[in-house]
Amino acid sequence: MPTSRRHFLQTTGCLTIGFSLLGPTWATAATEAADELPGSLGDYPRIDSWLEVLADGRVRVLTGKIELGQGIRIAVAQMAAEELNIPLNRVDVVLAETDRTPNEGYTAGSGSIENSATAVRYAAAAARQKLLALAATQLQTRAFQLKTQNGVVTAPNGQTRTFAQLLGGQQLTDEVRLPLALKPKAEYQYVGKAVPRPEIERMVRAQEYYVQDLRFPGMLHARVLRPFNYDSKLVQFDENELKRAVPGLAKAVVNGSFVGLLAEREYDAKLAQDWGKQHVRWTEGRALPAGQPLKDYLRTLPNTPKRVQDKGTLTTAPTLRASYYKPYLMHGSIGPSCAVARYDAAQRRLEVWTHSQGVYPLREALADLLKMPVDTIHVKGVPGSGCYGHNGADDVAADAALLAVATPGRHVRVQWAREDEHCWEPYGSAMVLDLAARLDPATGRLTHWHQQVWTDTHSNRPGGNADKLLPAQYLAQPRRPADNGATDPSAGGYRNADPLYAIPNLRVDAYFFQGPLRVSALRALGAYGNVFAIESFMDELAEKAGLDAWDFRLRNLQDKRAIAVVERARAIARQQQVGENEGLGFAFAQYKNKAAYVAVVAKVSIHEEGTPYRPQLWAVIDAGEVINLDGLKNQTEGGMIQSASWALMEEVKFDQHQVRSRHWEAYPIFHFDEIPYVDVTVIDRPTEPPLGAGEAAQGPTAAALANAVYRATGKRVRELPLRPEKLTREA
Amino acid sequence: MEADITLLVNGRQHTVRVDPATPLLYVLRDQLQLNGPKFGCGLMQCGACMVMLDDVAWPSCQLPVHDVTGGIRITTLEGLAKPDGTLHPVQQAFVDEQAAQCGFCLNGMVMSTVATLQQYPQADEETIRNGMMRVLCRCCVQHRAIRAAQKVVAANKKP
Ligand code: FES
Ligand code: FES
Repeated sequence: MPTSRRHFLQTTGCLTIGFSLLGPTWATAATEAADELPGSLGDYPRIDSWLEVLADGRVRVLTGKIELGQGIRIAVAQMAAEELNIPLNRVDVVLAETDRTPNEGYTAGSGSIENSATAVRYAAAAARQKLLALAATQLQTRAFQLKTQNGVVTAPNGQTRTFAQLLGGQQLTDEVRLPLALKPKAEYQYVGKAVPRPEIERMVRAQEYYVQDLRFPGMLHARVLRPFNYDSKLVQFDENELKRAVPGLAKAVVNGSFVGLLAEREYDAKLAQDWGKQHVRWTEGRALPAGQPLKDYLRTLPNTPKRVQDKGTLTTAPTLRASYYKPYLMHGSIGPSCAVARYDAAQRRLEVWTHSQGVYPLREALADLLKMPVDTIHVKGVPGSGCYGHNGADDVAADAALLAVATPGRHVRVQWAREDEHCWEPYGSAMVLDLAARLDPATGRLTHWHQQVWTDTHSNRPGGNADKLLPAQYLAQPRRPADNGATDPSAGGYRNADPLYAIPNLRVDAYFFQGPLRVSALRALGAYGNVFAIESFMDELAEKAGLDAWDFRLRNLQDKRAIAVVERARAIARQQQVGENEGLGFAFAQYKNKAAYVAVVAKVSIHEEGTPYRPQLWAVIDAGEVINLDGLKNQTEGGMIQSASWALMEEVKFDQHQVRSRHWEAYPIFHFDEIPYVDVTVIDRPTEPPLGAGEAAQGPTAAALANAVYRATGKRVRELPLRPEKLTREA
Repeated sequence: MEADITLLVNGRQHTVRVDPATPLLYVLRDQLQLNGPKFGCGLMQCGACMVMLDDVAWPSCQLPVHDVTGGIRITTLEGLAKPDGTLHPVQQAFVDEQAAQCGFCLNGMVMSTVATLQQYPQADEETIRNGMMRVLCRCCVQHRAIRAAQKVVAANKKP
């Protein structure tokens, strides 16, 4: 990665921290200083890192992010079309690809718009400025007299030049410099509008789109045989016997406990895997802590404590204490992970097609795994099934890479089975949360808050390290991370553990354990559990103090935008009629305390068997400047429904030997009859920076549902999921 | 043992040489190189592999290919648009409503809706939801899918 201005500033920032009382915020402030290039431009300041003008006048945008269904493709296209004044359909988008697009790390943390789309906006604005300057010279006029429309620059005398003519086959290699005039927002044609995503038509036409759709001549299909337990070792595998049972088997690659089964036809690879499940023997592995409440067990695990926040004093007499729990959750992509790889033995080059969230970090991890120089590996991002975080994408790419190296010259496509995805994806960690707070009954203000969080890591991405790629851990010379491998074990666990409310005495303690299951980043990371706990607790506190839940929150909020979102939600809630067995609940959070603000109102109606069947959900969201209105709504609607599915029904189950949630019947998620009614109100703030929104609804939705269930039933459920038996049980 | 199997897919006859027990999905994706039906679970639990058999939407992932010979009309997502490229009204409604995020489940939702609305052109919301019961969507665009289907129903109702 090029040494950039941003890195420079961050480094200087770090040097200063030692002497500064402002602490780590200094670096943030510096990166946001007016002359700092926004988004990922800091790392890639050159215009042609982000866009190219093609000979036919089309513009190609390069983003280091991958399309996950979050709509980054359309967002960057809108930015470029807007600033360059060209029709949207004249913009092509290239998604993350090593040596081609900028290295923007992982497509994660709702950062696509803030980092990538913002970079494209400024690069396009700089390109426009530069193109006008070129035109002024070539047409012998002055830049301000020129008009540009549809990729054509027109001089007052009617002479024209297309962008491509102006560049004469060159690209704009200049660096983006601030200050830079952006197009006035009042003139926007695309940005802020509900612009449809063109790829949806490709999808309904069943055109090739997904990594799963790639077909190469002579491609081999492969599946990998995985044991039942994380720590099982291969005892016996008889390739000849398998070959007799499945004559279509082309080859088996066995390396330690890693078993890859390759066939010319995908069905034969599947048959081979099915056979393997029946006949291959493994050691038992490590016992899982079944048969005891997980919540209690997790507290007993050794942990690494970290004081995350420490402000003022700790109260000895809290108004209320309560303890909450969030189980292990699954990403549960509908399409199991898949990748294609090809190794060229003569050139010693490896090509990989992947739906990984980070092509560059994956390349480094593969280089580490295969002991190949980084620049001999080419990784191309191709959309897959939505992932909602770190799922099996990197692992299956490593499977494919290993098998491709063992089968030089052939493309190898590895498709995980449903059971592979359910059992081997890294889950979102279970969390235990103890909260205690004190409030001043006279003012209704919070005075003390203590939040204690027990959690495993929420970020276990491979980065550049092969240890965390699943197959690496099963090779004859296994690569196993010393601990659970997280570079920073605390990553994500205390996200949103620090309430946005103004609380003079605040302490947040986190305790990081290594739990029984494989874990990594799942949409919203720890914010889901933390916000569920905080916003449930806020309702409990309000009740204890005899205050209205809305007033109580508003009294303790100072952030104006937060207040606006909450008030808007209250107005929606006030319009609802609530009948018998029904309840209205609400919750609020600002994601990461710095991204989008979301308030969710939930209305549940409890059926006899205790199910809050088909709830109604309303979100009010402020994500700063809106780039694509429909994209923002789609993400927020989907986030609410997904979070409701998590909250009402989901929990990864295991017994002593293995994960029991092996397929959809054993890990139920919402079916069509259960889908809530959802509605999203967007507060557009065109003059504010756009904020990450894709994960912002997860926490508030869960808490709003729990609060609504409480109002409907009188049962305060502090342990997710909100299963019917918890609602009907006698208090 | 392998055999020649003749299938009627999207109005055309195809003869493939496969083990007759091969699930239809693998034949459609691998032999016929179609992208519409997707592999999601192989267990008839998610609907990603949905096709239409005559007029019924049915998952293809466990359906032996020899069970769908003999002139049964197999329709995949590819077979919905007109030869001139005009989208089927259900496809068009999904585009209009932007009823997708990653879109991996789209095949199942569209095929199920086409079958439902063929049978019940005036389907109400419950019938629409019922028609898509076999389909799972993890990005959670189901309410948009319902809206898309309702839009087609509304158009059906116009004289
Ligand atoms: S792939 Fe056929 S139902 Fe899931
Ligand atoms: S749109 Fe992604 S699974 Fe439905």
